[in-house]
Amino acid sequence: MTANSASLAHTVPETAGLGLSFERVEKRFGSFVALRDITLEILPGEFVALLGHNGAGKTTLLRIAALLMNPSSGRVQVHLASEARRGGRLQPSSAAAAAQPDADDPIAPATAKRYVGMVGHNTLLYDELTAEENLTLFAQLYGLHDIRERVARGLETCGLALRAGSAVRTFSRGMRQRLAIARTLLHGPRLLLLDEPAAGLDRQGLAWFSETLARLREGGCTVVMSTHARNESLDLATRAVLLTGGRIERDSGPRGDPRPILAALRSEA
Amino acid sequence: MSTARAAAILLTKELRLEFRTRELLNTTIIFAMVVVVLFSFAFNPTPEESRRYGPGLLWIAFLFAGSLMLHPSFAREQSNQTLDALRMAPVSTFAILLGKMLANFIFLSLAEVVLVPVFAVLYNVSLAGVIGRLILVLVLGTLGLVITGTVFSAVSAHARMRELLLPLLLLPILAPLLIAAVEATVSLLADEPVLDRTWTTFLAGFDIVFLSASWLLCDFLLEE
Repeated sequence: MTANSASLAHTVPETAGLGLSFERVEKRFGSFVALRDITLEILPGEFVALLGHNGAGKTTLLRIAALLMNPSSGRVQVHLASEARRGGRLQPSSAAAAAQPDADDPIAPATAKRYVGMVGHNTLLYDELTAEENLTLFAQLYGLHDIRERVARGLETCGLALRAGSAVRTFSRGMRQRLAIARTLLHGPRLLLLDEPAAGLDRQGLAWFSETLARLREGGCTVVMSTHARNESLDLATRAVLLTGGRIERDSGPRGDPRPILAALRSEA
Repeated sequence: MSTARAAAILLTKELRLEFRTRELLNTTIIFAMVVVVLFSFAFNPTPEESRRYGPGLLWIAFLFAGSLMLHPSFAREQSNQTLDALRMAPVSTFAILLGKMLANFIFLSLAEVVLVPVFAVLYNVSLAGVIGRLILVLVLGTLGLVITGTVFSAVSAHARMRELLLPLLLLPILAPLLIAAVEATVSLLADEPVLDRTWTTFLAGFDIVFLSASWLLCDFLLEE
């Protein structure tokens, strides 16, 4: 990843989504090749459904995007579209058309971390800490202001305000997942990476989650979500990318219609 | 955010987790205490033998305590992959390591605070005149133990046989530190106590070298 300025950290507007580009990315684990020749340009404000069967490489791709893993070869960049840098609000539907990939500014990994959030297979929460302590810890690490208010709002939003003082180990799977999502949204990420985020959520939780995603999309946040075909949140997707055996098999593209890919996958499921 | 501020936040988290569960402290102190007590009954040493062999025994107890304590340091971040959350946060990787090192130093020091008086009573060793100098040696030795131990705990956390790997990696590296710590302690418990400057300087040098190396290599240490 290349960096052109740390000062960009202070110029990302509240409403600007971040772009993400993969250039000939390959990831090997010993002799096993998890990702092959992935070239993908995700524009600010897009909502990308990352689809594929188990072992297709979705999680690996998301972990590389989250800067948790380095690719074996190729390049990954988080970038800010010039329109966003100037402070223009990126509408999800118009973002793809408006942003020009070659006009984007790459952001240094250390800076990008402030604006990237990920919900993974695991909750990334400390079981022995309370819900409030977990959120407070991460709010402190992200250097947020008004931590009490933010944490209270986060707990309220995910419906766990009444259990704020309970240890996470006493929570059900669904409650943990809601708290994990609240933790990820605490610092207002502009690039949200979701790896099977609906796991464990009940009907009510799913409705809350879909609503939250819709709000984020409205706000111009870039979302990349790997999930199974039955997830209702997929209807929010503006683009669908299908991975098979570590390669991109189909991509509806930034201006394309994701529905045919989603429909094909749903009929398979 | 500065490394010191991030390390302080993570240290608070470590202390809160440990004092809530007391998993590490209880196990470690009981285990090290058993070692010290068993040896005192097995050998029933004279004061002279205690002064000669006691320091070795004391540092073996600290080493065992450290090994028990250091292994879960990063391993317990694995259960919910909380290390991923820390690595994604906009803090330096060294802050994550430093927070763990400081926490481990506090835990091992607490174990030593309990063990040293028990050792003095059971082995009939008077520490009254050397306590200040002994604390210096203990601090330097303990720092070396936790710096290297935390680093290797991070390295072995992703390995399949991590319980076995940590002592295998750690013990050869710690051999010079333990020799220096034992020799410095022997000098302090002699008839005419003296702070051996050679071994004490070696201990300080060991700490500085390994702390600098962990600062330089921290990104690789926590990488998947």
